Amino acid sequence: MIPASFEYYRPKDMADVLTILEEHGDDARVMAGGHSLIPMMKLRMADVPHLIDLQDVGGMSAIDITSDSIRIGALVTQADIIDNAELARVAPILKEAALQIADPQVRYMGTVGGNVANGDPGNDMPGLMQCLNAVFTVVGADGERDIPARDFYEAAYMTAREDEEVLTHVTVPKPMGGYAYEKQKRKIGDYATAAAAVQIIKNGGTCASVSIAMTNLSDTPIYSEAAGAALVGTTVDDAALGAAVAAMLGDIDPSEDNRGPVAFKNHVAGVILRRAIERAWSRA
Amino acid sequence: MSNKQHYKITVNGKQEEFLAEPRELLIYTLRERLNITGPHIGCETSHCGACTVTIDGKSVKACTMFVAQADGKDVTTIEGIGGPDDLHPLQNAFKEHHGLQCGYCTPGMITRATKLLEENPNPTEEEIRFGMAGNICRCTGYQNIVKSIQAAAAEMSAAKEAAE
Repeated sequence: MIPASFEYYRPKDMADVLTILEEHGDDARVMAGGHSLIPMMKLRMADVPHLIDLQDVGGMSAIDITSDSIRIGALVTQADIIDNAELARVAPILKEAALQIADPQVRYMGTVGGNVANGDPGNDMPGLMQCLNAVFTVVGADGERDIPARDFYEAAYMTAREDEEVLTHVTVPKPMGGYAYEKQKRKIGDYATAAAAVQIIKNGGTCASVSIAMTNLSDTPIYSEAAGAALVGTTVDDAALGAAVAAMLGDIDPSEDNRGPVAFKNHVAGVILRRAIERAWSRA
Repeated sequence: MSNKQHYKITVNGKQEEFLAEPRELLIYTLRERLNITGPHIGCETSHCGACTVTIDGKSVKACTMFVAQADGKDVTTIEGIGGPDDLHPLQNAFKEHHGLQCGYCTPGMITRATKLLEENPNPTEEEIRFGMAGNICRCTGYQNIVKSIQAAAAEMSAAKEAAE
């Protein structure tokens, strides 16, 4: 498989990246680990005349944990997430999700920035970041701006990031309570048939607050406020679980593909969300 | 349009310099340009792991990296792990425990396993299966691959203890 020819750039700082992007507009693309973009280029489904490799650009490879938030550089890999013991202690849902992405080789290369910026509905980090109410920081010629993960995704591969902007880091408020990232997939390495991210806070036996987001069940990740509202104030009993699943099913819009027809996806989404809530609740 | 660039890559300890187009996939650079044919092409779509090499301490599928990305890097293939006269404990264990049948996936399997055992010298069966999940074998059913890696891990740990 031979991709179309391209000009390759490996700039050492962000100013040079932005200059190249300004010059070539949507003929240029930035690449981190390349494990979404390179397969698309090999299939000639992505045409990238000017390819900007970010690997030598500094300042985007750190995980910084403060008392109330976590800042993850765009070039942090899934393997970095899994290996960071302090991160696993303060935000274990990140490791739980990262372990379910792709396979070991791909996790050494695949990055958080690429996973969230690409806009592929199959990627796991976008739904996870919506659950965690993360903020994405992008930089362009006019400086930095912050975009909430819950406002970032517009359609498949369409996001609030402009072509001339680069996503540099993700900031996650330190998660509280119980957590779960539950994913149904046909085999290791596959995208989700359905996946659910849940963070839940228990107070005196009832659910005080909860955040729920779903992966690969629409052309964007789905943050389901209604599913959360169905649980708040309940003891997370069977009736509440049923109400949360019903509310979630009203928010997603799966389409038929080689992972199954719509009815099957709705069924799996319900099973997965129920499991995710139950596991998160047991850890709350 | 040809836009050949000058690249320098260290492969199995030897510095290689050549001209290539940036779009060349590393697996082709290794196999066709440098005649290092241990890493195989199975699926060529990042799934099967037959092309696995080690780059700067990471297991990487060489079908999913452009040669331009590998410029300046240190690459190890199965040829750099051991040969017929100096088998690596993993190579010997695959031989002793029938960890291969047709052998097509084996270079990628063993290259990945070297890194797995470096990170986790005494893995459980479950950890081996999870850590080898990026490598597909269509012959063995994996049972003997797991056994081979367990045997190599035991031998390498014993050798390390004896040396200390």
